[in-house]
Parts: sequence; structure tokens; C-alpha cells
Amino acid sequence: MAVARNVLKQQKQDLTQARLDALGPVTDQGWSAAARGAALDRLVQMGLPHARDEYWKFTRPEGLTQATPAKAAVFETDEALIFDQVDRLKVVFVDGVFSAEDSDDLTEAGLKIDRLAEDSDIHWAQGLYGTLEANGQDPVARPLAALNTAFATDGVLIHVTESAKRPISLIYRHTDDSSDAILHHVVKLDAGTSLTVLENGPAAARFNKVMEIDIADGAAFHHVRAQGRDHERQAATHIFARLGTESVFKSFTLTANGRLTRNECVIELTGDDAVAHVAGACMGDGDFHHDDTVFITHDAENCESRQVFKKVLRNGATGVFQGKILVKEGAQKTDGYQISQSLLLDGDSQFLVKPELEIYADDVACSHGSTSGAIDEDGLFYLKSRGVPADQATDLLTIAFIAEAVQEIEDEDLAQEILNRVEGWLERRRG
Amino acid sequence: MLTIKNLQVKLEDEDKQILKGVDLTVEAGKVHAIMGPNGSGKSTLSYVLSGKDGYEVTGGEATLDGEDLLDMEAEERAAAGLFLAFQYPVEIPGVGNMTFLRTALNAQRKARGEEEMSAADFLKFVREKAKTLKIDAEMLKRPVNVGFSGGEKKRNEILQMAVLQPRMCILDETDSGLDVDAMKLVSEGVNALRDEGRGFLVITHYQRLLDHIKPDVVHIMANGRIVKTGGPELALEVEQNGYADILEENA
Repeated sequence: MAVARNVLKQQKQDLTQARLDALGPVTDQGWSAAARGAALDRLVQMGLPHARDEYWKFTRPEGLTQATPAKAAVFETDEALIFDQVDRLKVVFVDGVFSAEDSDDLTEAGLKIDRLAEDSDIHWAQGLYGTLEANGQDPVARPLAALNTAFATDGVLIHVTESAKRPISLIYRHTDDSSDAILHHVVKLDAGTSLTVLENGPAAARFNKVMEIDIADGAAFHHVRAQGRDHERQAATHIFARLGTESVFKSFTLTANGRLTRNECVIELTGDDAVAHVAGACMGDGDFHHDDTVFITHDAENCESRQVFKKVLRNGATGVFQGKILVKEGAQKTDGYQISQSLLLDGDSQFLVKPELEIYADDVACSHGSTSGAIDEDGLFYLKSRGVPADQATDLLTIAFIAEAVQEIEDEDLAQEILNRVEGWLERRRG
Repeated sequence: MLTIKNLQVKLEDEDKQILKGVDLTVEAGKVHAIMGPNGSGKSTLSYVLSGKDGYEVTGGEATLDGEDLLDMEAEERAAAGLFLAFQYPVEIPGVGNMTFLRTALNAQRKARGEEEMSAADFLKFVREKAKTLKIDAEMLKRPVNVGFSGGEKKRNEILQMAVLQPRMCILDETDSGLDVDAMKLVSEGVNALRDEGRGFLVITHYQRLLDHIKPDVVHIMANGRIVKTGGPELALEVEQNGYADILEENA
């Protein structure tokens, strides 16, 4: 055993070294230098993910860890871009590089928006940058996030001092078939404020993104994301959120296409009466692999958490869900809910699930469930008997399947944008 | 309107013959009732006519105004004007009742080469139909049949019938699970649709539904065949004496 462990350790070290060699040294980035250095130490200590790691058994990490990314063709489409009709402040990155030309002016009432790449010696984000990521490394290692903190080339730092009038929209364009982007965002909401962040686009051939969100008492953070339609792109994303008393965190992600996507969400409820909802819907076809890995820690009383994940899979696509609810001692009256379901449109696709509950308080209500199934034949016949053609009936039932996740989006217009995108995906599949 | 000749049907997965030569003609403007004991093949007839999978037609034919029904997909039969009110209406979580109705109506219109109905016109149209069936706005918003009571489900079937305005309506045990008041409401809904251009085939176990929906012709089905045909008095005879006498006559 000891020999095997040493071999594994050596393999991870070699892998990590190869990646670090390709990245080059951590450049001195002014105020973030200390955080970057500490993150690099964490990364070297942990090593990059390996297929033998407990939380990488269902998802092969090679595409995310290898020194250079696999090429990913750019998806051409005439379809309108998502969120186009939404009044928003646009921040555009092209292959991971900020585009001032395509972005709006970053001055916005109630907000202070800076770029990570803008050099200075002191900054409000110092002390936050890399902090939630570092906290989130225990008890489960997330080496790709540590790599991100050490090597991120850019990102936005948003300080919300008064509730935002319109969403901040982060747009990730992909134009280069071998781009390798690393972005790191920090969002800090002061007490009682609110902000909506939208994200869309494939970003790069390979994308590593971290968003750290610090939500003070009574503040509300809403997040709606569509991960882009490029078939061959690969992405590892992490959300690290810390919630204060009576605060709210709600995140929804739509993933249609992409060869490999790993979305991790690590949430810590640290103040009483806080609410955290994480939801996702994915539409996968062919060599599509999509992994949602969620870890929610209840460390305060009377908090509510919901995890709602729906995966539509066909043609050999793979969906993964690893979701955990940890209720710490003293986190009484916790209300934890977790559901993960897949709709398998044929017999070739698979759904791999690992739900976990770990509870150290005695007065809590936690539930989890997971199902896999095909389109309901009775429902299909019922619709057909009313004149709805088979294809349209299947689409209607598919949209109905993901509805519980989409309903987690509070803003009806944003929910409709997501549904339009899903309809587009279904239509293209029939094309 | 609906013409069924020597229809023979077996289960697809089992070597079990359910219909053994059914002959039946429903004329426009008429209400035909089919009664019969459990397992006689009544529901199978309704499913085969509406195009449900799982059955194999081994002989005979069924046409709607001369068009071969058995050769069509279920949705094509609906667009051609056939409607089945289900014995057990299906729950469809996540699909709103209004969306369902509008999708169905517009799909049928499209299939017939007609213009789709606008959202505003449709809303007005449905509200009016719903009102007479005592279906409130809340029920129209909810997912199709989810959490509906037995009576609400059957009323919802009749609402669909009123909205889609089919030429040939098959009602499969629409009275099952209904209390007296609900049966009255549903029957009134059906009677309001009676029209000289429309045919009805009402499948039921009991005479009591036929007190409300008065049939022109009553058929008794047993062991996969129509064994006796008569006027409304035949239903009363069944109510009084059961099926035994009739089955014996035909044994």
C-alpha cells in the first residue's frame, strides 16, 4: 500500500510540475502577491487532481490538468446571444483577456468595480482574494481553484455598497481554438445590499474560473449563468460563498454542450437564518461530460439550503452529481434539501451520483433524492392524443423535467432567457 | 363518421387476443354507448382507436370519414378530429394547463393548415369554455392534472374536448370516480357539445351516466365483440338484470 501511495504521490507531483512549468513563475501582482504565493504552496502540497482521488472518480481530470489544453473549435451561430434583451452592465473577456472596447464603462452607482489585472499596492479585496478559496480546501481538496488563485491573469472585483440597479454581466467570448484562460472574480456585498451577476459564453478552449462571494448580513446575491454552446470546450469553475445572517445566495447554471465541465460550488452558512439555493440544468449530447460538485456547510441556526440539479442526456453523454450537506454541531433547525435527476433520452447515456449527508446537530430536517429515467410514455401518449407531434411533445416533457431547477431563478425575464436557450438546443438537435 | 369493421387486436408483447372482430358505426350527430363487463375489451377499443402503443391490429379496419385511422400517428388522428377522454387522465408535472391546451390547439390547427390562435384570443376562448365547467383561473395555471381531484381531472378532459372541438369523441368511463354533482357537471359539458356534425362513443359500466348523456344507440360488448345492439332501453335492462342474461343469449 505504501508503495502504491508513493507512486500516486509521485504521479501527482509530476503532473503538477508539468503544469507549473507550462504556466511559468507566479508574477508579482502587487497587493495579491501574498495570496498568490500561499495558493501556490497549497497547490504544490495537494497536487493536481488525479483519477484516483475520491472526488474525481466519476470525472477524468486529465483535460483540465494537462500542461496545454486540447484544441476546441469555435462554435458558429446566428442565434441571438443570451441576455441580449436584459439591461445590464457588460464586462467582456475574449479568450480570457479583458476587452475594454466591448465592455461598458465600469463606473456604476453603488458599486466599485475594479479589474484584478490593474496593478496597485493596496486594495479592498486584499484579505478576501484567495481567502474563501483557501477555507474551501478543507475537508475536500480543490487544487484547480488553488491553481487559479495563484495564476489568474484577470477578473473583476466588485464591492457592493448600495444595491445594484442592474445586473453585472460577465461575457466570455471564445475566438482562439487553443486559448487557456484563468479568471478570478471577487464579489463583496455590504450588509443589506443586493446584486445579480450574469455569466455567459464558452470563454476559451480551456477555462479555469473562480468566483469568491462574501455576503454580509441581510445581503442578497443572485447568479444566473449559461456556459456557452461550444462543443469542444473544457472548463473547471468554482464558486466559494460565505453567507452572513439573514443573507441570500441563489445560483442557477445552464450548461448546453462542452466536452468537459466541472462546476464546483462551496458554500458556508455562517450566520443564522441564511438561505442558499444552488441549481443547475444541463443538456448533453454525445461526448459531453458534465459534473456538478456541491458542498454546503451549515454552521449557524435556522438556515435553509437547496440543491436542485437536472440533467438531460443523450447519445452517450455523461452526467455527474456529487452533492454534500454538512450540518455542524449547533446548526439546529437546519432545513437542507437536495435533489438530482437525470432524463436519459436513450440507453447510451449515464448518470453518476454521490449524494452525502453528514449531520452533527439533532434538530434538523435534511432530505436528498436522486432518480434516473426516460421520457414518461403515458405523458407522451397523452400529449400526442391531443394533437401534439411526438418531437414537440418530447421537447415539452424535457422542458418540464428541468422546470424545477429553472424555477430557482427569481427573475422571470432571466428564467425566460434560459428557457429560450433550452428550446434552441432542443430544436438544433432535431435540425 | 366512425366506421369499425371486423377489428381484431392483440397485445403486442403477449399472445393475447383482446378484440375478436368488432363491428360498429357511429353516425354524425349520434351518441352511441358501449357497455360491458370488466375485461370485455372496451378500453382497449378506445386506446387502439386513439393510437396508443402496445397493441397489434391483426385484422379489420377503422376509418374516420373514410380516412384510415389505424395508419395514422396518434397526433394525426387528433388533428383529423378524434378525441379520447381518458379514464385515467395523465399528470404532467412542469407543464401548465394553459400551455398544454394552447400547444395542442395550435398543433392541430397547424396540421390542418389553419392559422394559429393568438395568445390573447386563446385566453378569451379558454376562459369562456372553462367558466361553464366551473374551472377557475387557478386550475388553468396549475400543471396538467397534477394535484387535481378525480372530478377536476374529468372536468379538465371535457375542457380539452370543448377547446379542441373534435368531430368524434370517445369517452372512456368518464363517470368513474365522480360524485353525483360532478357527474352532472361533466354531463352538461358533454351535452353542450352535442351537435349534428359530431359523433360520440360513450364507454361506461353503468346506466347512471346515460341518464345524463342520453344515447341514441346502446351496444353490449363481451369477450372482444359487440354482442347486442339496441336502443336506450338496453341500458336499463343491463341495470336491472346485469350482463348474465345477455351473455347467455349469445353464448
